Amino acid sequence: MSIDVYVPRDASALSLGAAGVARAIEAEARARRAPVRLIRNGSRGLYWLEPMVEVALPRGRWAYGPVKPQDVPSLFDADFLQGGAHPLSQGPTEEIPYLKSQQRLTSARVGVIEPTSVADYVAHGGYLGLQRALAMTQAEIVQAVLDSGLRGRGGAAFPTGIKWKTVLDQPAAQKYVTCNADEGDSGTFSDRMLMEGDPLALIEGMTIAGVAVGATQGYIYLRVEYPHAYAALNDALNAARQANYLGRDIMGSGRHFELEVRLGAGAYICGEETSMLESLEGKRGEIRVRPPLPAIKGLFGQPTVVNNVVTLASIPIILARGAQFYRDFGTGKSRGTLPLQLAGNVRRGGLVERAFGLSLRELLYDYGGGSASGRPIRAVQVGGPLGAYIPASQFDVAIDYEALSGIGALLGHGGVVVFDDTVDMAQMARYAMEFCAIESCGKCTPCRIGSTRGVEVIDRIIGGVERERNLVLLEDLCETMLQGSLCGLGGMTPFPVQSILKHFREDFHAGTRH
Amino acid sequence: MLRIVAEHKSRPGPLIEILHGVQASLGYVPAGAVPVIAAGLNLSRAEVHGVVTFYHFFRDHPVGRHVVRLCQAESCQAMGAAALTAHAKRRLGIEFHETSADGAFTLEPVYCLGNCACSPALMIDGDLMGRVTPQDFDDMVTAGSRT
Repeated sequence: MSIDVYVPRDASALSLGAAGVARAIEAEARARRAPVRLIRNGSRGLYWLEPMVEVALPRGRWAYGPVKPQDVPSLFDADFLQGGAHPLSQGPTEEIPYLKSQQRLTSARVGVIEPTSVADYVAHGGYLGLQRALAMTQAEIVQAVLDSGLRGRGGAAFPTGIKWKTVLDQPAAQKYVTCNADEGDSGTFSDRMLMEGDPLALIEGMTIAGVAVGATQGYIYLRVEYPHAYAALNDALNAARQANYLGRDIMGSGRHFELEVRLGAGAYICGEETSMLESLEGKRGEIRVRPPLPAIKGLFGQPTVVNNVVTLASIPIILARGAQFYRDFGTGKSRGTLPLQLAGNVRRGGLVERAFGLSLRELLYDYGGGSASGRPIRAVQVGGPLGAYIPASQFDVAIDYEALSGIGALLGHGGVVVFDDTVDMAQMARYAMEFCAIESCGKCTPCRIGSTRGVEVIDRIIGGVERERNLVLLEDLCETMLQGSLCGLGGMTPFPVQSILKHFREDFHAGTRH
Repeated sequence: MLRIVAEHKSRPGPLIEILHGVQASLGYVPAGAVPVIAAGLNLSRAEVHGVVTFYHFFRDHPVGRHVVRLCQAESCQAMGAAALTAHAKRRLGIEFHETSADGAFTLEPVYCLGNCACSPALMIDGDLMGRVTPQDFDDMVTAGSRT
């Protein structure tokens, strides 16, 4: 009997040499005539241990990491196929504290299963949600999603059930379900991990959405920077089609749903839902003025569900385990779990899925282990390039939508980027404006022009030119962009800048630090 | 080009798919492609040109044998992306959007590759690299110069 050995094919694991490790294990197994069956899984999200190799033992999976190709002979020498002792041994995977203390609902299968195998997916609880949904009325499915308290995980946190109900209530011959997989925020990778590690969860979630609102066609709008996810999604779509979980007459239910992946082309703004719809139609990704809402007039003018990857991938478990099960996680109006992503200058970066309510400090120190550089953490940016920078004095804030908004920050898509005390916050403020200038779609003036003026004003402040006057001007400009922009890009770019003015103002007075 | 247009034109909203097809086969979208695509889709040349120029990913000029995209976003900045970028430009003797003299490398900025727990990151062609040191960069250049 062969022994299952897992080596991730997750893009980040590959970026650290997982492909070479997989080749080395295969070669070594051949040379030693060891009965190894190599499985390429997603990542568990313990990125400081990647490439992490797991061996399936009768008593559970055993982890070794971080493994380099040159470590492989010594792993065989140590009898790692039987869980043998080795300096890289991490013990039973599920007992690694970082993982053990998590509450993985949406990402439960990521890193566990063979990503594009329908059989493995079903063996781990997959397609139970769809099965339940097919036995319910459309209104019942929508009600379950409403009752779960699920809010959009892309960043806007709008109640998913309300969106779905709006689409369901529209009389239209053609409706669409679209997935926003344009995960452009720096510090975020949970969508990518899910699409690479458990793509069928997204496909199942979208199929349930299609059944719920009466849509027969779906699109996944995927950013072009994610070629590994593109391949995994297309493989999974084919596998789902062959198993009759997708296409015509799904599981003999008489329902139809087709799904296609469309690639973006490197525009951050296309993560804004109306811009994404324009791009899906093959146009410039210029945002649309709302109303009408996409739920009423969306893709090709038809009622359209637009949800993020994590949102849609959370649907199967809500249907499979019931709304109440999901709702019981979390706090206040932030129900369920959120896959947080720990990134930047942090010792143990990775995916941390927990119920809402964990404190930022626990995330940074208990999970993250402090900065990678060993220096004090000075600031963290939560929620991507449009999120506020949070100073160390506020690290006790709870990670939920309301608590973060209470300190003038936002949760966004759950990305947390850590900076140590060498960071020049005036430069980060400049970058926020510069990024907006690069990525603005150009439709509205406060964003298109304001961001460029913002860079210039900050350059003058840093250069010491009429510093106090220009600081007033910068605050005024932030207010104009905030109030006058058509969408979140121009309207939220001021958030990081204002947070720096508030908490790290001294950096504007220091001149350019080196 | 006509083949790529014909392949996609009956699909809904095909223009970006077609541009991806053209760039995948030629490495860029030449100016001459614009009227051909416009005619095939019954769009104006301005509309097609507008889409090509809107998206950072599409290029209207040829590139080197390898395209290296260096992440410039916050997470990578927190891990020394600025120094790595300066090193890369020095090593190749070029600025962003330029191609090295031997025709091997084109350097481009990118804003997030989703590899933020392994910053700084870059992508060479379709391959992702994480925790990239200047030495890693030089090794990549040495290997890529020969292929």
